[in-house]
Parts: sequence; structure tokens; C-alpha cells
Amino acid sequence: MSIAITTQIICFTILSLVILIGALGVVLLESIVYSAFLLGGVFMSVAGLYLLLNASFVAAAQVLVYVGAVNVLIIFAIMLVNKKEDLKPINDIKSRRIISTSICLTLLSLLIRVDLTNVWSLSSPQNSIGEESTIRIGEHLFSDYLLPFEVASVLLLMAMIGAIVLARRDVMSKDISTGLPVDQELLEKPSEQLLTNKN
Amino acid sequence: MEYGLDLEYIFNEFLKGFGLSSEIAHIIWIPLPMLLVLFAAVVGVLVTVWLERKISAAAQQRIGPEYAGALGVLQPIADGLKLLVKEDIIPAKADGILFTAGPILVLVPVILSWLIVPFGQNLLISNVGIGIFLWIALSSIQPIGLLMSGYASNNKYSLLGGLRAAAQSISYEIPLALSVLAIVLMTNSLSTIDIVNQQSGAGILSWNIWRQPVGFIVFWICALAECERLPFDLPEAEEELVAGYQTEYAGMKFALFYLGSYINLILSALLVSILYLGGWGFPIPVELIAKFLNLPINAPFIQVLTASIGIVMTVLKAYLLVFIAILLRWTTPRVRIDQLLDLGWKFLLPISLANLLITAGLKLAFPQFFGG
Repeated sequence: MSIAITTQIICFTILSLVILIGALGVVLLESIVYSAFLLGGVFMSVAGLYLLLNASFVAAAQVLVYVGAVNVLIIFAIMLVNKKEDLKPINDIKSRRIISTSICLTLLSLLIRVDLTNVWSLSSPQNSIGEESTIRIGEHLFSDYLLPFEVASVLLLMAMIGAIVLARRDVMSKDISTGLPVDQELLEKPSEQLLTNKN
Repeated sequence: MEYGLDLEYIFNEFLKGFGLSSEIAHIIWIPLPMLLVLFAAVVGVLVTVWLERKISAAAQQRIGPEYAGALGVLQPIADGLKLLVKEDIIPAKADGILFTAGPILVLVPVILSWLIVPFGQNLLISNVGIGIFLWIALSSIQPIGLLMSGYASNNKYSLLGGLRAAAQSISYEIPLALSVLAIVLMTNSLSTIDIVNQQSGAGILSWNIWRQPVGFIVFWICALAECERLPFDLPEAEEELVAGYQTEYAGMKFALFYLGSYINLILSALLVSILYLGGWGFPIPVELIAKFLNLPINAPFIQVLTASIGIVMTVLKAYLLVFIAILLRWTTPRVRIDQLLDLGWKFLLPISLANLLITAGLKLAFPQFFGG
């Protein structure tokens, strides 16, 4: 066995262990902050797996999108609303846990079945494009995957408009169904009002 | 344009002369450039700290450090030693694991980004194909470290500082990436080597700064904001937040933040010089000098000359930018948080989008000037 292959196997083992343990930690830990930080670690390890597969562009995109944007925003949101408040005890927690575990196990068995029945090996030499993959991804995004790409951008636009409407409730002064003016009770009062109140 | 010294090849051939296999030679080679670059980064930090002290003193009509070595050049080393031997304190109510992991997560991505900084045709650790994109991806990890240390300190100033740092770096990453994208569009490559080579045609006239003046200014503002330098140092605003996310830190953990911010500053300056100021290129093309000296471009003398000029030019351009950054720090007031976010989202983002669009249009209209 050459040194390169040994290194690859060691890296793969470590990354898979980090992913498995980290993912379990995300689900099982009580503290939501720890879960969020562990989620970042899991995303990083997935990027490492992509790197092992010679997909460096996908790995960098994974870091940029999932770690740099998604995970940072999750942590940001947790810290902005982090009230020191104990969760209410739930009465039938045991039966709920049993149901959720069984659903997860069903999904897992489905995944295992896909893994066992699918033919994974590629016969063509296409699987070794390496650095050229950036160009290939670009070509695919602007030819045969153009429609999903554009639909995804429309989805993001909708989410953005929704976020703006939710954040700026002062622009919506009427109830949508009845048409009557409603008091929105803004969480955050406009700053000018606060200043005038002080004086 | 494939010229330049290939030290790796020479080193491997030298080791093979002792009867080692090429794999072993490669393994011995791998850590050498990494250690060299780490060393260069730390020395760069020491020089920058000295410059910062001296220039700030000059800006405030003081003398600055004077007694530690000639002109106080040993002062940064004294600073570093002081931080090294200080007690490592973890506050009683802090979260120990996250408190320790925070500074590491801030420093490691910055040092990793030096992977793609070229000092010459073959003088970089690794010419990875995704090049500049790797830096953008790595620099997006940093806010997690800042949020982590801000949260773990269990102090409201720290938490506010961490949140501000994350908000700031998220808002300024987008114009930064868009202005890099305009350069990539002109180069047809993400690799830093290709970006510099594309600017090396006619010396100073072919530098990207003439073709991308708007991109240059946007990139520089965003780089300063990412480094949290003074016009944008809200995360650690002394008067409001004590020291932001660094408030509870002491000793070596504080030194990691300090080191990280200065390495990031030098890295940003280096990247501005690579993307916009021709990287290792001399203002006069080396081919002309070789022709003037009547030597072929592959002659050993010219090779060594090119490599030395390359390193000197890269460092010179980077330190010129560091000088400007230090001068800006000591002469400009801090912006407010709403002004900062307005500048990022309402001014820099539309401008960099328009810049990208115009660059794409110009590339189609004049392919010989804007890369075909």
C-alpha cells in the first residue's frame, strides 16, 4: 500500500467518525448552542469528504454556503433569541421519543436499501476530471440544469420578500382577511420615538 | 510563460541523489514551504506591529517605542514574550471548551489562506485550481470562531462584540466576493498564479487596477472591514464594548486573536496586491530587462533576479497597503453600526454588482483588453 492511499484511508476514517459522532451530538445534546456549533463541525467534515473525492470546488462551496452562511446565521439567530428559560416538561415524552426513533430507523433502513441495491462504480473515465470540475459545473448550471437553477433563485427571492414583510410589520397596517386596521405591536419600537420619550 | 525556479523539483532531485524514493522526498518537502510561510507570516506580524506603533506615534506627535533595540524594533518581540508568559485565565462562569476553541477557529483559517499567496511563478505552497475561491470560503469560517468566543465568555460586551463581528463579516463578504468575481471573469481562472500572469503583459500598464478601479476600492474597503480595522472596528470598539469578544481573554489566547487580526491584515494587503497591483510583477516587464542585459530569459542569473524581484515587489506592495491601512486607522473616526451596514448593503453591494455587469459587458465588447 502506498503512502498516498494510507493517508486517504486515515483521513476518511477520521472524517467519517467526526461526521457520525458530530451528527449524533447535534441531535442528542441538550444545549442548543453546542448543537449549532457541532453542526458547523459536521458541515466542515462533509467538505473534507468532498476534498477526498477530488471535488475541491464543491468542497469550497460547501464551506462557503453551509459553514459560512447557513451555520453562522443559525448561531446568530440562536444568540439573538437566547432566553435563559427552561423548556416545559412534556408529559408523554417517552411515547414521542419511541415514535420519532421508529421513523428515523425506517428512513435509515430505506437509505441502507438504496445503498445496497444501487450500482456505485462508474465505468467511464469521467470520474477523474479533478480541477476541471469547476468548468463542468458551470457548463451544467447554464445548460441542462438551467431550470432548477432559476427556480431555486425564485424560491430565494420569495423567502427574501417574506422575510422583509415579517421584519417590517409597520408597512402592513391592515389585516389581510378583514381589511380592518390592526395594531401590530412592534417588538422593536422606532428609535426616534424612544429618543423623544427620553426628552 | 512557464519560467521561474522550481525549488521543489531541485530539492527532490537532490534527495534522490542520496538514494531516497520520490515519495519520501515529497513527504520531506511538504512541511518546508508551510513552515517557511508560517515563519514569514509571523515575522510580517512583528514588522506590522512595529510599524503600527511607530506610525501611530508619528500621527499623534509622539516618539513611540525607542529603547528596545534601535528605533524600538525589538518592541513587538517584547510584546509577544509578555503575552507568552502571562497567566492563562478562563473565567469561572465561562464555557471552558468553547472559550478555548474560539481563538483557534479564528486563527487557523487565516493561516490556511496563506496556501494560495504566490511570491513568484513557483513560489507558493500549492497552486490549487480553486485558488482565490478557497480564500473566500476559508474567511467565512472566522465569524463562527468570533461568535463562539463571544458566547463562551459569558459577558454581554463579548456577546455583543461577537454578534457585531458576525454581522459585519457576513455583510462585507458579498461585495468582496463580487469584486473578486469581476477579476476572475477577466482572467478565466480562479488560480492566483493565472491572475498575476494575466497582469504581467506590459508591466505597470497592464495591472488590474486600471481596468477595475471600482473593484479595487470596493475590495479594499471590504478587506478592511473583514480585518476589523479602525474605520470598521465596531466588534471591539473600546469606548462602547470594552474590547468586544476579546474582553475576557488574556495571555496566549488573547495573543491568538491579536496574531490572527494582524496576519489577516497582511494577507488582505497581499491579496489586494495580487488581484489588482500585478502581484510579483515589476513595473517594467522582466523580459525588457533581460533584453536590455542581452541575456536569454532562461539564464540562471535572470532566473534568480526574477525570483528576488518577485518577492521584493510582492512584499513592497503589500506593505505599502499595510501603511495606508495603519494611516487610515489613526486618522479616521469609527462609523456607527447602522452606517456600517448601510454602506455594505446599500452602497457597496449595488456598486459591485454593477461593476461585475459592466466588466462582463466590456469583456464581450473588447476581448483583447478585458480577457477573451
